[in-house]
Amino acid sequence: MQSLTNRAKLLEKKPMTLAERAYLPAIFQGLTITMRHFLRAMRKQQLTIRYPEETRPFSPVFRGLHVLKRDEAGRERCTACGLCAVACPAEAITMVAGERLKGEANLYREEKYAVSYEINMLRCIFCGLCEEACPKAAIYLQADKMAPPRYERDEFIYGKDRLVEPTDPAKRSKRGIQLTDEQATKLSGQLQPA
Amino acid sequence: MTLPVLGWQGLVILVVFGATLLIATYSTYAERVIAAFLQDRVGPDRAGPYGLAQPLADAVKMFTKEEFFPGGASRALFVFGPCLAMTTALMSSAVIPFGNSLKFGDTVIHLQGIEINVGMLYVFGMVSLGVYGIMIGGWASNNKFSLLGAIRAASQNISYELAMGLALIAVLMMSGSLSLRDITLQQSVPGEWQFWNIVKQPIGFIIFLVCAFAETNRTPFDLPECETELVGGYHTEYSSMKLGLYLFSEYINIFVASAVMSVLYFGGFNFPFQYELRDWLVSSRGLSADLAQNIIVLVGVGGMFAKIFAFIFFFMWVRWTLPRFRYDQLMRLGWTILIPLAIFNILLTGGLITAGIIPAVRQWWLG
Repeated sequence: MQSLTNRAKLLEKKPMTLAERAYLPAIFQGLTITMRHFLRAMRKQQLTIRYPEETRPFSPVFRGLHVLKRDEAGRERCTACGLCAVACPAEAITMVAGERLKGEANLYREEKYAVSYEINMLRCIFCGLCEEACPKAAIYLQADKMAPPRYERDEFIYGKDRLVEPTDPAKRSKRGIQLTDEQATKLSGQLQPA
Repeated sequence: MTLPVLGWQGLVILVVFGATLLIATYSTYAERVIAAFLQDRVGPDRAGPYGLAQPLADAVKMFTKEEFFPGGASRALFVFGPCLAMTTALMSSAVIPFGNSLKFGDTVIHLQGIEINVGMLYVFGMVSLGVYGIMIGGWASNNKFSLLGAIRAASQNISYELAMGLALIAVLMMSGSLSLRDITLQQSVPGEWQFWNIVKQPIGFIIFLVCAFAETNRTPFDLPECETELVGGYHTEYSSMKLGLYLFSEYINIFVASAVMSVLYFGGFNFPFQYELRDWLVSSRGLSADLAQNIIVLVGVGGMFAKIFAFIFFFMWVRWTLPRFRYDQLMRLGWTILIPLAIFNILLTGGLITAGIIPAVRQWWLG
């Protein structure tokens, strides 16, 4: 019978040779293969990452947990304009705006500020559209932090207590959006191919 | 025999007992580490340095788990099964010579639990009894998978004991003794060239090795606990330390099988050039003959355990290399290949002994 295509492969079922039937050469071959792997493991060449002690590096463009930035003087940048909430496709952001009182100029950069600012991390899809929408460069998605797992649902609603970055610059996220010069160059090189 | 000697001998028995348990305990750890290394993984490294406390953690886990009795199970036999498996496994290490005799003045201490002239038969008897532990456990579980696993274990052990015994007969024809100590001592005689039995009995050794894998229910012959077909095999219904005893007895069996193979085919506690080393210690270092002999004996104990560990490693190495046999393949290998091969080996050995070829070859080899 003529085959429909010429791709059919002719399989030949040969009777096994004595060496194949004796099975021992094949066993020996298998044993050498596993021994090679054993010796490699003895030289500590496993690819395993021992997680709590070792972590894999995040991508420099990783979009993780949000942070509400402060300016150079340590004042909150957010002015509660609500553009992030509008931009948010998951409707994860809610905020209440308030007016800055006298004597609070060292706390808030603009005259209007967010009295409360909440992000529901269960709704958030970490798309980064809030970051793009923000005219005041106040909200960023950090590149080195993820929203950690929790036991209760309401623990995923992050308020200002957990979103606003610490006043002390030393306590701020090290590898957040504050890129080093080297990282920034590398990143721009990736974004604009020559 | 004076009382102090009896006391020393009792101490030796205790040490052998303890060493057996310790080695079996750390076999579980070694199995996991070796398995991991063969598969490019890391293995247990959390409990203690290098995970060395892992067996303890396992034991605590086993002891604190719920003790479950399946409905319809025969409670007495259900408990008796693992106990029997463990007891027989532990008893079989009693006759294995772990070292030659230590000599302190008039006191001679055999580094062996008990020296009996039917040592090899005793080991065989104990190993055969061990399968009753599996049979009883599988039967008492009132579970078809357990029963199937137990039946497999029984038929597999019976099939492979035949070939094992026949392979052993060839060794016995050359040694003329069933005593493991005699067999060991014959493999190294002072003042003349003497080879280990592996050189004289290569076919017999391979048959014995394959049968040892089947007798200890290790991969590629671990059909009694074949999890793809039988859930957990004979210990499907077992939990907590009763399961632990079954798993533990398997490792003790591996230890005993390794020790027996070391004794029968790899010279036991002998090591190359031991008599030359002893004479050198006496002549060049000025040690007394007794002290030199004792040093040799202790080094020999180390050598024996090195051989045993090498075999245990080999058991694990094979386990993580080969897939499991199908049941009909297992039976075909046992009955149609190993047994005829073993009989052929007996005839060959007998022929060579009758024709006096082995001494002739030795003469020719030594010039």
